[in-house]
Amino acid sequence: MLSRLADNLYWHGRYLERAEDLARLINVNANLNLDLPSGLSAGWLPLVRITGSAPLFKQLHDDHGERQVVRFLLSDERNPGSLRATLEFARENLRSARDLLPRELWEQMNALYLKGQEELSGPLSRRRRHEFLHQLILDCQQIAGTLLGTMSQDHAYDFILIGRYLERADMITRILEVRGYDLLPDTSEDLGPFESIQWMSVLKSLTGYQMYRRHVRTRVSGNDVLNFLLRDEQFPRSVMFCLRALEALLLELPGDDDQALRVVTRLQRQVHECELSGRRGSALAELMDQLQVELAAIDESIRQTWFGAGT
Amino acid sequence: MDLSDYRSDEFFDELIGPGGRPRAAARAAIKYLKGLDDDELAERKAACELAAMVAGITFRVYFEDTGVDRAMPFDLIPRVIALKEWQQIEAGLKQRVLALNRFIDDLYNDQQIIQDGVFPADLLEGSVNFREHCRGISPPLGIWAHICGSDLVRDGDGTVYVLEDNLRIPSGVSYMLENRQVMKRVFPELFEDSGIQPVDDYCSQLYDTLASLSPRPVDYPGVVVLTPGMYNSAYFEHAYLAQQMGVALVEGRDLLVDDNDEVWMRTIAGLSRVDVIYRRIDDDFLDPEAFRKDSVLGVPGLMRAWRAGKVALANAPGAGVADDKVVYAYVPEIIRYYLGEAPLIDNVPTYKCREPEEMAYVLDHLDELVVKPANESGGYGMLIGPRSTRKEQKQFARLIQADPRNYIAQPTLALSTCPTFVQGGVAPRHVDLRPFILSGLHTYVTNGGLTRVALKAGSLVVNSSQGGGSKDTWIVDTGGA
Repeated sequence: MLSRLADNLYWHGRYLERAEDLARLINVNANLNLDLPSGLSAGWLPLVRITGSAPLFKQLHDDHGERQVVRFLLSDERNPGSLRATLEFARENLRSARDLLPRELWEQMNALYLKGQEELSGPLSRRRRHEFLHQLILDCQQIAGTLLGTMSQDHAYDFILIGRYLERADMITRILEVRGYDLLPDTSEDLGPFESIQWMSVLKSLTGYQMYRRHVRTRVSGNDVLNFLLRDEQFPRSVMFCLRALEALLLELPGDDDQALRVVTRLQRQVHECELSGRRGSALAELMDQLQVELAAIDESIRQTWFGAGT
Repeated sequence: MDLSDYRSDEFFDELIGPGGRPRAAARAAIKYLKGLDDDELAERKAACELAAMVAGITFRVYFEDTGVDRAMPFDLIPRVIALKEWQQIEAGLKQRVLALNRFIDDLYNDQQIIQDGVFPADLLEGSVNFREHCRGISPPLGIWAHICGSDLVRDGDGTVYVLEDNLRIPSGVSYMLENRQVMKRVFPELFEDSGIQPVDDYCSQLYDTLASLSPRPVDYPGVVVLTPGMYNSAYFEHAYLAQQMGVALVEGRDLLVDDNDEVWMRTIAGLSRVDVIYRRIDDDFLDPEAFRKDSVLGVPGLMRAWRAGKVALANAPGAGVADDKVVYAYVPEIIRYYLGEAPLIDNVPTYKCREPEEMAYVLDHLDELVVKPANESGGYGMLIGPRSTRKEQKQFARLIQADPRNYIAQPTLALSTCPTFVQGGVAPRHVDLRPFILSGLHTYVTNGGLTRVALKAGSLVVNSSQGGGSKDTWIVDTGGA
């Protein structure tokens, strides 16, 4: 297949995953803030940090209340990382490759984009916002389901999924980095109720709370949450799961340059072997930073191997 | 369907003959349609529209923010032509395209036709589509216009004429193919024993034509369709043809020309050799090294690769030299000159203003003629005599006298009509026909072509961009001699 189309589909996968993750983050953060006493509330700024757009946000706003942050993340035209822009990029990247894909996939993406443009063109009340973001997550899942259920598992399919898993792994590390930073030191098994709520919110932003409960233990502890979200091999929103999926997908692709594959297996080893206990604050941030550098290296080697033929 | 009040007296009607009787080839179709009551018809019409939408028979105005496709208006009463008549037209089209290809090849090489005084040298000098870069080239099989779409019209007495030849990048064939799919789905009964000739093999014929041009003797030549991209209004067709042929739809940036003058496309498995390009980009934008420097749609070095014989381009660059209204006026002579035969299909009678007596006639009859400049398209710069003012006629008289070479004139045509669904029933609407002629190792003519219909009463404008629609076109074998 053409490199250009592979490139577009890869980015479609990334943007659509990003849109879904953004929606999850905003809804979970809103819930968390309602549960925490105002003195302990993490507020909204962490979300700006997770999306890596803090410098731009600071240029535009002095205040970082809910209204400013949510508008910035959802619909601000000056923010190229807004949900609205992300949906547009997801659609644009799909459009040129329409003839490689099931028709329903394009139609669902187009419908989602149009809905996003309409809903995000004006201010959203909190209740409408929650409803809209919840539906958006479902719509993204519907698109993922259509892909899984109707598309031949050819290279076009592989590239969409590679984008999706790489983006997802990246988002998990960002959430852990920023959230880990905000959390109180993990002193013992005897967690303060509010810290427990914060770790729960980390799980919930990845829809991992219930699975954590079923597969780990009934109590929420910092180390266990970290371990679950980094290393669990069965939960689809853990870093290790994403890396295993990437490994399998990359093996499908043509060419004998296995540079991307090598970075993936190296990263798997790192995730497997890194020491987690007691990692909080800057030590956790440092680890997540390392993982993100490796994820960027995977992106770079994918780009060089498959998107840049002959250039 | 009620045809009891249907009248198209002043015009030749494609389906209904004088006295309201269906023409022989259309008899079965008319009988069937007449047997449907209003409810059934409404149901079929709705099914048709739905099928057209579902099939995505659309053309696209992507600058509209929504990106919603616009459906091509489609009329479900077919236009019917008897096989026997069609066979004559088909032979005429083959003859015409063969002669035109010889003509183009001659112009870029020996220019024998000019030396022999049949085609005037000054006409070539004034041609905007003549490409210096193509001098001395003879493409594979000596063919320049591999895909030609000639527009046919039928006059009041039923004679079929060629109105123009589109030798650059004619479009519309995807609508012809999709219209047939829709009709088969909506009127399966009609297709059972009606002797309607199939059109479905166009894409495999197109593929074979393209593959036959490959400069490399390989089993699976690298064939691609080159599109300007999805903002182009014909993008639906580009994607459709690529898909149906099972070849890659590429943009200029997907291709590169190496130092060895070979063309490659960038794929995830590395560079892949390209042998034949069905290009849907105008000459001007094809290669910024050779033509417009500011083109971002093309491929730098493509002309170099083509001149070196490393890649085939369909249609060949410069083929448009014969797609010129003044050249058109000479096609009957061109056929006689190269083939030694009389033309099987006539041109619409055409006056060449460069001939003094013909110009005198044109100037005297400006109020009844259509005057056309040589190189405009889409109806620009024309004078439609019967609808013009004295002032416009005077202005055109000055234009013609200042540059006679650049103008031709034709009588206003009484285009034939075809019964068409309109608000409140069925009424005659003017139609034309665009068959497609493929030239490679073999020559192939579509069974029929795309019938375009002017949906407004009395209008002669059939272009889809101006509200025209289309109809399925049936070539019907009525049996017998």
